[in-house]
Amino acid sequence: MLGEVLTGFVAAAFAAPLARRLPRLAGPILALVPLGILAALTWRYAGSAAPPRTSVAWLPGLGIDLAFRLDGLAYLFALLICGIGAVILVYAGAYFAGDRRRGRMLATLLAFMASMLGVVLADHLVALFVFWELTSVTSYLLIGFDHEQEKSRKAALQALLVTGGGGLALLAGVVLLAQAAGTWDISALAGQAQTIRASPLQLPIIVLVLAGCFTKSAQVPFHFWLPNAMAAPTPVSAYLHSATMVKAGVYLAARLNPSLGGAAAWEWALIGFGALTAVTAAAMSLRQHELKRLLAYSTVASLGVLIMLVGLAAPEGGADAVTAAKAVVLFLLAHALYKATLFLVAGSLTRATGLKDARLLVGLRRAMPLTFVAGVLAGLSMVGVPALLGYLGKESAIAAAWERHAAGPAMLALVLAAPPLVVVGLRVGVAPFLGSRRAVVADGAGTAHEVPTGMWVGPVALAVIGLVLGLAPMLLNRVVSETAAAVHGAPVAARLALWHGFNAVVLLDVAIVLGGVALWLWRSSIDRWTRRLARLAAFGPERGYALALEGTLAFGRVQTRLLQSGYLRRYLLVVFLFAIAVVGAALVAAHRPGAIGAALGEIVHVHAEDVLLVVMMVVAAVAVVHSRSRVAAVIALGAVGLAVSLVFVLYSAPDLALTQVLIETLTVILFVLAMRQLPFFVDLSSRRTRVRDLVVAVLGGGLMTTLVLLASHVQLGDEVASAYFAAEAVPQGHGRNVVNVILVDFRALDTLGEITVLALAAIGVIALVRGRTGLEARR
Amino acid sequence: MSSIILRTGVRFVTPLMLLLAALLVLRGHNEPGGGFIGGLLAAAGLILQTLASGSGASRRLIRVAPLTLVSGGLLLAAFSGFLAMIGCGAFMTAIWVESLGLGTPLLFDLGVFMVVVGTTLTVIEGMAEGNA
Amino acid sequence: MTVLLAVAIGALYACGIYLMLRRSLVKLLLGLVLISHAANLLIFTAGGLRRGAAPIVRAGEEALTRPHADPLPQALVLTAIVISFGVLAFALALFRRVHQSIGADDVDRMRSTDT
Repeated sequence: MLGEVLTGFVAAAFAAPLARRLPRLAGPILALVPLGILAALTWRYAGSAAPPRTSVAWLPGLGIDLAFRLDGLAYLFALLICGIGAVILVYAGAYFAGDRRRGRMLATLLAFMASMLGVVLADHLVALFVFWELTSVTSYLLIGFDHEQEKSRKAALQALLVTGGGGLALLAGVVLLAQAAGTWDISALAGQAQTIRASPLQLPIIVLVLAGCFTKSAQVPFHFWLPNAMAAPTPVSAYLHSATMVKAGVYLAARLNPSLGGAAAWEWALIGFGALTAVTAAAMSLRQHELKRLLAYSTVASLGVLIMLVGLAAPEGGADAVTAAKAVVLFLLAHALYKATLFLVAGSLTRATGLKDARLLVGLRRAMPLTFVAGVLAGLSMVGVPALLGYLGKESAIAAAWERHAAGPAMLALVLAAPPLVVVGLRVGVAPFLGSRRAVVADGAGTAHEVPTGMWVGPVALAVIGLVLGLAPMLLNRVVSETAAAVHGAPVAARLALWHGFNAVVLLDVAIVLGGVALWLWRSSIDRWTRRLARLAAFGPERGYALALEGTLAFGRVQTRLLQSGYLRRYLLVVFLFAIAVVGAALVAAHRPGAIGAALGEIVHVHAEDVLLVVMMVVAAVAVVHSRSRVAAVIALGAVGLAVSLVFVLYSAPDLALTQVLIETLTVILFVLAMRQLPFFVDLSSRRTRVRDLVVAVLGGGLMTTLVLLASHVQLGDEVASAYFAAEAVPQGHGRNVVNVILVDFRALDTLGEITVLALAAIGVIALVRGRTGLEARR
Repeated sequence: MSSIILRTGVRFVTPLMLLLAALLVLRGHNEPGGGFIGGLLAAAGLILQTLASGSGASRRLIRVAPLTLVSGGLLLAAFSGFLAMIGCGAFMTAIWVESLGLGTPLLFDLGVFMVVVGTTLTVIEGMAEGNA
Repeated sequence: MTVLLAVAIGALYACGIYLMLRRSLVKLLLGLVLISHAANLLIFTAGGLRRGAAPIVRAGEEALTRPHADPLPQALVLTAIVISFGVLAFALALFRRVHQSIGADDVDRMRSTDT
């Protein structure tokens, strides 16, 4: 299955060139990619009784594999990702007709699709996290697609920070989860449910994992990024913000429900936050008039319902939990189909008329008959009219809440949240097409026309699929059973039918639709009433986000002013003082006065030439410091190097001695060549500064002397690497010069790194000597 | 710096240094020497030539741009490491032909030699060029 | 010798640090070279000093005869010497470039990133 995921990324790489060569056909051709992937996955899924699993070692040392597994839940999501993905690619190809950015859009969509497939197919917690973050990154690119507009950039950054922050929490959560369960494999987690429950880590795991789910799925209080993300082009909103990315949180909650569910914290967090989100977002949708924002808030509300339904599907629950598990699947599928269609319809309406405001769009029935078909089917599906899939989704959700507790919080939330959603369905899918008046077209550019083929074929297809599945739900029996089983953690038998008989649920359903219609009719008075509530938004979580962002930036400015003075010497001073403090503290902590004494005692074994060498070295070094002339300083520097190489000669390091002598020669040549263009010495520092620097320098030097004295008395055993190199140089390395064997054989990888550094230095010098700065070039 | 004595002297000294450098690289595995030292010595010889009679002279001797030498050396060193992977060994595993006394580490050392010569020449010539 | 070298290393470090804290660019570079020497000697000395025992296996033998100088620090120092040459060359080129651009030798005048 790695192949399927990688195919998406590879196709993304070819999307831009393809869009340049075949601009018109790029969308439909690339749509074959998700369809092909879907066919391959279907073949795998249908072909085996047990869920197929593949695994490729990725970082074997850490036990991290690229493992993929295709069970019912994964297949359902893959179906949505690839199926809707194909529709979106066709739509985007037509939507960006004549736009140079078409290739970029198609490429990013494909990369996003592949990441999303990775999320739902991954069977290793780390792989899941990696793909999860990839969806955040690709969605950042997609939301900020109009990067020349500040609004888009801000919305993209907000989405990235919120979902990325949640992603970090998720990473911590999955690491703890793997520790508690003793396995990284997601499919093995459910079997460890008891172990996880007994672990003291259970609560932190739940909090962290849900933080990831809730940010991704835009639950209150993290919901604000989703409506803002409507700054994205419509195909992006249709794909990411209805059918796929925002459902990743629902997916993860459903996926981990068998292993983490059963804990009261898990269950009530899901039900509580889901219910709160559903009601809040549904109420907020009443205040919206822009098509996409209406859809955005209704999507947040639906996500809340889904999260709530996962909470109801407790793994050890009774019949009500089974109903809830089935409801998760049906509602998810129905919502993805009608919401993606409605987004696309909204995009087509805006494209055809230039209008975004739902209040201005009327009477487009004749002008846009095909979009009308798609809009009405999807809108009515969202309203919950029987014979459409949306009805089954809504009915099953009500049934699940009803069976749990007829007056419980879930039921209450559904009853409150559903009527505003009915309004959204009517306003976006139905109302723009009805009425006798002709729609006004923005900037008076004549009348509205039907959108090009690429932009209606997809929505119509999705809407018809919703109709077919609504009429013949038994087609879904296998997928729903197996998916619900994965959510519930136990086998589920689904026998779906168009009509489940007349009962309380149907009555409730009718009441909700009537409630929605009533809200629609009395919209002006409701509008007035909700305006007051809107003022509360100033204190909402988005304000918190803004404060946190501004605070971080302000803190950054303050600490930059404090620490980044811009004076190189001050940085160096801090570095030196810090190093002296750390090394000094370590030496004091080691507290070995005896070792220094012993080392000092060896001063009697000194040869005359040693003294000569060291005196030469120190005198030359002081001369470098003291010299008033540049040439004298360079000569003194050469003398230091010569003394160092003589030390190497005396103390058994012929290779080093040779290297040092040659380098010394080259250094002097280098300095002499560079010197001609470098300035003379001038005394720039005050006397006080010089005294201060002298103190630091003597402190540093004294510390290093102590360090050497201590180090000379550390006894290392035979287990150190040197002993191995000394013994194996000839048998394994075929060389008698052990130093050279280490360089080119035992530690050749290090040497490769070092010669790379040399090569970079050479390139850098060339660039500095030959290249011209932007400033000079402009002159 | 273009005295006749220097130029005449260099005409003999540079080839000698290059010869010595080759020797140091070849025997570096068993005696003091190796790619780093040989490379530095060869570069020093070529730089002597440059100082005596301009950068054209050393270019005539080695016939390639120093940066080409650098990249060629890097590629050679990396290639010597990849050779082992053909036989499914880990990257950088040494392969020896015992009877000839030849092995991939020698190839690697040759790569080091090329990088060192190239870098040193680039740097010094770059500095000299900046003065012109 | 260890004691003497320890003193020498300390002196090299002290001179290097002092020079690196100067405002003159050239002095900064000279300090860099001195500190490189000091660090190389530090590693070399920490590996233990031995006379007349180069880490080269005698012809016909299979392994180094004890006592022998430690080959590992020598390998580390060898590359460090060459690398510090590369760094020095790059720094010289960079500083010369900076000097050409802003016409000053004073590090304190290089505060702005735009010049």
